[in-house]
Amino acid sequence: MNRLIFALPLVVAALIGAFALWGLSGGRDPNAIPSALISKPVPDFELPPIEGVASPGLKTADLQGQGLTLVNVFASWCGPCRAEHPVLTRLAREEDVRLVAINYKDKPEAAAAWLEELGNPYERIGSDYSGRAGIEWGVTGVPETFIIDANGLVVHRFPGPVVGDGLRRFQEALDQARSAQ
Amino acid sequence: MKRLLLILCLLASPLMAVEPDEVLDDPVLEERARAISADVRCVVCQNEPIDSSNAGVARDLRMIIRERLVAGDTDQEVFDFLVLRYGDYVLFNPPWKPSTYALWLGPFVILFGGFACVVVALMRRRTPVAVPLSAEDEARLDAMREGKK
Repeated sequence: MNRLIFALPLVVAALIGAFALWGLSGGRDPNAIPSALISKPVPDFELPPIEGVASPGLKTADLQGQGLTLVNVFASWCGPCRAEHPVLTRLAREEDVRLVAINYKDKPEAAAAWLEELGNPYERIGSDYSGRAGIEWGVTGVPETFIIDANGLVVHRFPGPVVGDGLRRFQEALDQARSAQ
Repeated sequence: MKRLLLILCLLASPLMAVEPDEVLDDPVLEERARAISADVRCVVCQNEPIDSSNAGVARDLRMIIRERLVAGDTDQEVFDFLVLRYGDYVLFNPPWKPSTYALWLGPFVILFGGFACVVVALMRRRTPVAVPLSAEDEARLDAMREGKK
């Protein structure tokens, strides 16, 4: 028994090591912020369209009972948004989803020029110049993309650009959301 | 000139994230707003309270906290408003609920566990083990005593 006590530090060290190994494996991101909105209805908000852009504005009712919808939060001043733009355009065309957007803290003329240059894949775009709707959505930065199910519940929040490995994870979440329908 | 600059530097207050246009006229409300924002984590620069963060979202949240206070919300209502949107994550003081029991109780378990170990170790050391002599040893001892006389 007394001999066993000498093994105790080793056991403790092994436990700490195992915990660290668990923490480092499996693609866990310690900076990831869990979203408070998952499985909750779309927050209350109503946004006007961007001046000079044909897409109508976006409000809560536009996301209820409309089938699987992606809500992309973007801004013309955001580099990664430019990178994910072709991917979102392709998703809207090839996948059976609606694509709408919140234009976050962006000047209307800058946003209009950006959409003119890259194309406008969005069915609706709400202009959130003050960033207040962004706060209702719990947005921490752009880009961010939410998956909304047919009942108007938020099923997934994806912070960061939907490209590369992010696209793979986003596609998984999208497929999951679709099979849950 | 150099001396003047030095004096000016010393006089300058530390740089604050809270901008003048955010500050409320009512000092009591402003005080409460400052206290709340010191306890709310910035969601962009994650280890900073929004009170000292220069991030855009942090500024927006500071403004919203002040708006809510002016509208007559209690401190708790303001925290609830933020938690509803950003989750418990934004609180520097995590709430007491099943998923945080380990967080709140863990340190005390370790502290009292360690304390118990120390007590046990000390008690073992203090009580000398008195083993009565066997009859044989007693006899030898007696013989030694006899021999000395």
